[in-house]
Amino acid sequence: MANPVPAAVLSNVSRRFGKARAPALDNISLEIRPGLMTGLVGPDGAGKTTLIRLLAGLIDHDEGEVTVLGKPATEADRKRIGYMPQRFGLYEDLSVIENLRLYAELRGLPTGKWDDRFAELLRFTDLGAFTERLAGRLSGGMKQKLGLACALVETPELLLLDEPGVGVDPLSRRELWAMVRKLTEAGIAVLWSTAYLDEAEKCEEVFLLSEGRLIHAGPPGDLTREAAGRCFRMRGDGPGKRRLLAGLVADPAIRDATIQGASVRFLTNAGASPPKGAEPVPARFEDAFVDRLGGGPKGHSLLAEHYRAVPENDLPAIEAHQLTKRFGPFTAANGIDFKVPRGEIFGLLGPNGAGKSTTFKMLCGLLTPTSGDGRVAGHNLRHSRSAARRSLGYMAQKFSLYGDLSVRQNLNFFAGAYGLTGAKRREALGRMVEIFHLGPYLRQNAGGLPLGFKQRLSLACAVMHEPPTLFLDEPTSGVDPIVRREFWSHINGLVEKGVTVLVTTHFMEEAEYCDRILVIYRAEQIALGSPDVLKRDAATPDRPDPTLEEAFISLIEASESKDEAA
Amino acid sequence: MLARLMAITIKEFWAILRDPRARIILIMPPLIQLFVLGFATTLEVKNIAVGIYDRDGGRWSIEMTQRIAGSPNVVAILPISSPEEMRQAIDRQQTIAVVSFAQGFSADVAAGRPAVVQAIFDGRKSNAAQIVLGYLNTIVADLGAELSATPARTGAIVNHWFNPNLLYLWFTMPGLVVIITTISGLGLTAQAVARERELGTFDQLMVSPLRVPEILIGKVIPPVLVGFINATIYMVLISTLFGVPLTGSVPFFYISLLLYLLALAGVGLLVSSLSQTQQQAFLGMFLVAVPAILLSGYASPVDNMPGWLRILAQGDPTKHFLIVSEGVFLKDMTVPDLWANTWPLAVIAIVTLGVSSALFRARME
Repeated sequence: MANPVPAAVLSNVSRRFGKARAPALDNISLEIRPGLMTGLVGPDGAGKTTLIRLLAGLIDHDEGEVTVLGKPATEADRKRIGYMPQRFGLYEDLSVIENLRLYAELRGLPTGKWDDRFAELLRFTDLGAFTERLAGRLSGGMKQKLGLACALVETPELLLLDEPGVGVDPLSRRELWAMVRKLTEAGIAVLWSTAYLDEAEKCEEVFLLSEGRLIHAGPPGDLTREAAGRCFRMRGDGPGKRRLLAGLVADPAIRDATIQGASVRFLTNAGASPPKGAEPVPARFEDAFVDRLGGGPKGHSLLAEHYRAVPENDLPAIEAHQLTKRFGPFTAANGIDFKVPRGEIFGLLGPNGAGKSTTFKMLCGLLTPTSGDGRVAGHNLRHSRSAARRSLGYMAQKFSLYGDLSVRQNLNFFAGAYGLTGAKRREALGRMVEIFHLGPYLRQNAGGLPLGFKQRLSLACAVMHEPPTLFLDEPTSGVDPIVRREFWSHINGLVEKGVTVLVTTHFMEEAEYCDRILVIYRAEQIALGSPDVLKRDAATPDRPDPTLEEAFISLIEASESKDEAA
Repeated sequence: MLARLMAITIKEFWAILRDPRARIILIMPPLIQLFVLGFATTLEVKNIAVGIYDRDGGRWSIEMTQRIAGSPNVVAILPISSPEEMRQAIDRQQTIAVVSFAQGFSADVAAGRPAVVQAIFDGRKSNAAQIVLGYLNTIVADLGAELSATPARTGAIVNHWFNPNLLYLWFTMPGLVVIITTISGLGLTAQAVARERELGTFDQLMVSPLRVPEILIGKVIPPVLVGFINATIYMVLISTLFGVPLTGSVPFFYISLLLYLLALAGVGLLVSSLSQTQQQAFLGMFLVAVPAILLSGYASPVDNMPGWLRILAQGDPTKHFLIVSEGVFLKDMTVPDLWANTWPLAVIAIVTLGVSSALFRARME
């Protein structure tokens, strides 16, 4: 099966950026073998990009040895390595075919071979119809495919892919995966880096990084096995699931618990017996990872405990009424219509460019709808935008606070922007600092915080004024599973207090936390229901218990075939 | 309302003080310009070499050569022995001027006949050449005066008003205040919106209850204040360190300054609203700043420009403020005259701020 000669070897490699900081890579040894799908897995900031850049010979290491294709990485024959960086891989102002030509030229591919090779790559990536389109105008998934094609202009022996799945919806991610899979069959060594733990399970070999350390090397099953027999699921109906989760988290026998649709999925401590009514489920890679990291965060959300109770109200907290947005001839969202009652987590799900961000932006007042109306906490977004904005807290996908300002200055600004003054502001600030343990960082630049604390600060700035609704844009993609659990425990706690949450995501882990999900595709809403209902609707005899991702993909495929039939 | 305005104003101050790029705009251009304009771009011509092509070799040509060599502005004399050598000396910029004495020059002088000296200049440096010509004329005239018996000379008696000794510092420094204010005022406001866009904080700002006027006011106040501080520092430096007299109404200077800074802030926000990144804003700022300064009359008088440019220059706030600055420093300009150059600033400020806030709204989505 596997070729015995590894394509790349790292032995006892360390790399530091700045003396004072923790090493980005700490004593890493691993081998990347040809013909295998090798996953480089870990949350943002774990050291994945550093490792890939070492292999590509772009940076040098401090200690140890990096050998690529038989030579030290910095001297390796670059022609034999394909590298697809996370960003800046493409020239956005050049067309698809121009990008390919440029890479062919850079790689020194003989001109005579161009046409054949390009035709092959375009067929392979399914981009044949878009050769004249500017790369900057492609969707996220198509960009990644083009990036891959550029890395493959000359068939490499080692292919390094730095987070090809980021910003790509599940459907495109699946296609991309299948494409790369084919390459491994041709004997290429592939390193696929990802923050998605579910992708790790599909690799033949996995290197799991956490804070620069290698936690696991080998087939993913080896790690998953550590959690085998300790994973269970319990149903909790409707909002009851959150109370069930809180109870399970507090239980010392439970190592980790997360919400999955209407159920709570949990991992017991080794040797502990599960509570009554628990149904065993197969272990996942993530269970074992969290287990290795010492289990999920314990305790309840202090944020929720100190939060005001949002008064009961018959009016929907968030309401979209026939929301439509057109940009010139292009319709980005068409007739989106839904109501979210108080105290619900509502998800907007859809592929890139489908219209979920447009809908989200219309509802938080960043875009004015072409027609239709939106209401937040009863305030119409057309007539009382400012009042609507006061009653929502917003957290963007990427860290979007002021990186040059200190933590305290950020908190002060957002407190003031939301009209908190004097004693109220001091009180709110003190509470946030205490809840999120920001004390030691108050004077530090927000941009230099560890990722987990950036996440906390973003949440703190969004909820300081205790809004009745929260708008979250992929709040936890890329963060490590512990931080994600901590974040959602706050959100769950807030929902118990009556806060309404609108989430937009294409990250299935996040979608599982939603009470209901609206699936948007090609500007139209194509399905609305709880995660369990969506999964149930997608169940087939040979796939009785589909994952949410599978349900999502089948919904989209169904919608596509309907469009074609029409 | 006031709390929100305070919050954004304080935030903008911190953004300027803590952003390395903004700090550079704050400190570097004023320093560099003070240095460059104060010491390097002198309008005097010093340290020159003059070539002497002496075909005469007599008493008077040597006397002239010695007088030229004795001039404090001349550091070296370059003896030249052929027309070819003269061509090369000028072409290679070894000298800016060559003085050529024809054969029989001394004989002509001695005989009391009109004697002619030829001087050849490097036309590529037209301004410096003019000045050197002036120096040489003086030397020749002095010599001529000593030789001729008539003690009194006729001719114009030149008197330069406002700058009697034609000190170039008096001329450049009041302009320097204007230029520094322009660069820092434009630079800081140009970054204000583009920074938010580039760093991804724009949406976060737009979903907050801050209203557009609050955001814009918050973004204008810090650059205006920085402009005030900069202008004050340089006003003090210029009148003390460089000894340029401050003769006019200082309070009026500040009124004018405020309006000028507001007009600049409008232009800066306009550039900023159109830019996606800080880089674009930075380039955009120069796109505006360079023509504004060139049209202002700082480098060449507005009156010498073609008619359509003179009309265009009326819309250039720098032009009006430059007049005010020079007026206050050197001319003891009267308040009505200052006012005549200040009200256009108010009009320009209203227009630029109005357009930029309209554009900001339009580009919000």
